[in-house]
Amino acid sequence: MSKDIKHHLTDDLLMAYAAGSLPEAFDLMVATHLSLCDHCRARAESFDAVGGCVLEEQAAASQMSEDSLAATMALIAQGAPTPKPARPHCSVLPTPLQDYVGGDVNAIRWKSVGMGVKQAILPTMGDATARLLFIPAGAAVPDHGHNGIELTMVLQGAFSDEVDHFARGDVEIADETLEHTPIADISGDCICLAVTDAPLKFTKLIPRLFQPFLRI
Amino acid sequence: MFTETDIATLDAPSAETGPVPLRPAQKRFRGKAVNESKNSRNARSEWVVHIRRIRDNKDQAAFADLFRHFAPRVKAFLIKSGSDATTAEECAQEVMATLWHKAHLFDPSRATVATWVFTIARNKRIDVIRKQRRPEPEDLGWGPEAEPEQDDILVLQQETAQLRTALTALPEAQRQLIEKAYFGDLSHREIASQTGLPLGTIKSRIRLALDRLRHAMN
Repeated sequence: MSKDIKHHLTDDLLMAYAAGSLPEAFDLMVATHLSLCDHCRARAESFDAVGGCVLEEQAAASQMSEDSLAATMALIAQGAPTPKPARPHCSVLPTPLQDYVGGDVNAIRWKSVGMGVKQAILPTMGDATARLLFIPAGAAVPDHGHNGIELTMVLQGAFSDEVDHFARGDVEIADETLEHTPIADISGDCICLAVTDAPLKFTKLIPRLFQPFLRI
Repeated sequence: MFTETDIATLDAPSAETGPVPLRPAQKRFRGKAVNESKNSRNARSEWVVHIRRIRDNKDQAAFADLFRHFAPRVKAFLIKSGSDATTAEECAQEVMATLWHKAHLFDPSRATVATWVFTIARNKRIDVIRKQRRPEPEDLGWGPEAEPEQDDILVLQQETAQLRTALTALPEAQRQLIEKAYFGDLSHREIASQTGLPLGTIKSRIRLALDRLRHAMN
């Protein structure tokens, strides 16, 4: 757990996560951040409490069928579903991400996207995409803007852009108004989780030509 | 705002030893309640004890009580979330079965039973209706060494009761918007977090509970 996180998730995202209306890629981002940030985890769980109140307020509660309790006891008698095997601790990938990668940081299947930058697209459903980004120490991600919301969270190393400096656990929230060039700190390679609900807009021609292949 | 009775109701069955028998006091709020809101608060605190009885003694009577209260609410919640009645019924049964199997994971210093049931029902909705995976944060394991203090449990339950009172006191339009959000009727872009709900104290309380868990883990 990192105590030095400066850049947190917004209330909007945390409430949408509690309500269960985020695309899967965004859920993955929130779950990953909450694994590292108790400040946001407490905020998210207080939004869960609102859901608990909404559930309690179901005054016109639907009748359950006659034999529903017996049917449920029969379900219980079948035994608990086998729990997922516990993932060993990884200093880069919190467990929600390990579930998508299928292992620790060594299991990431990187694809080069040029200039030393690598990415790995994670399998999520819905209108948003999630990917891991590898930015070599001191290198830059091509200058880009956003059609939708892009969230970038640092897992290893750190990066800086026109906005601020971001280290492990920090989330940068970029929208249509931000055009930026993230540059990894010279002290070490940077690994980030990035999710977006619309394709990025690259300002230079070359990355734009590659965009269909990058799927970002 | 909370009477002696509220506190006594939660404190009495908190003894860690042995099964807690069904007490006559519980019958009180099954009938027509004179003071609805106070009794529903009592009921909610009691549910914590029910979960412990399931966890410690596989107590079917405690489960039946929980089932009668929560299963219809979960079903109503799922129907309002766009599910048909048959699916909602099946899912409500599965949600309640999960509650049985995961009773040992419930942390009453971080959530009321209603909140916990909500999270299980929400995940079921994402799984069955949206057919999507639901990434959850890393588990914070908690064993006997991290067993919460009775006071922490009580305060969290009370603060959630206050939150519920605040929710019902909101202007109708605003309250409906929050409900719609939790029924999954609003997209993430439509959800505005300005709920107008007092979440500050409950958030600090959960944060303290998380700190306690982290301390126990290290």
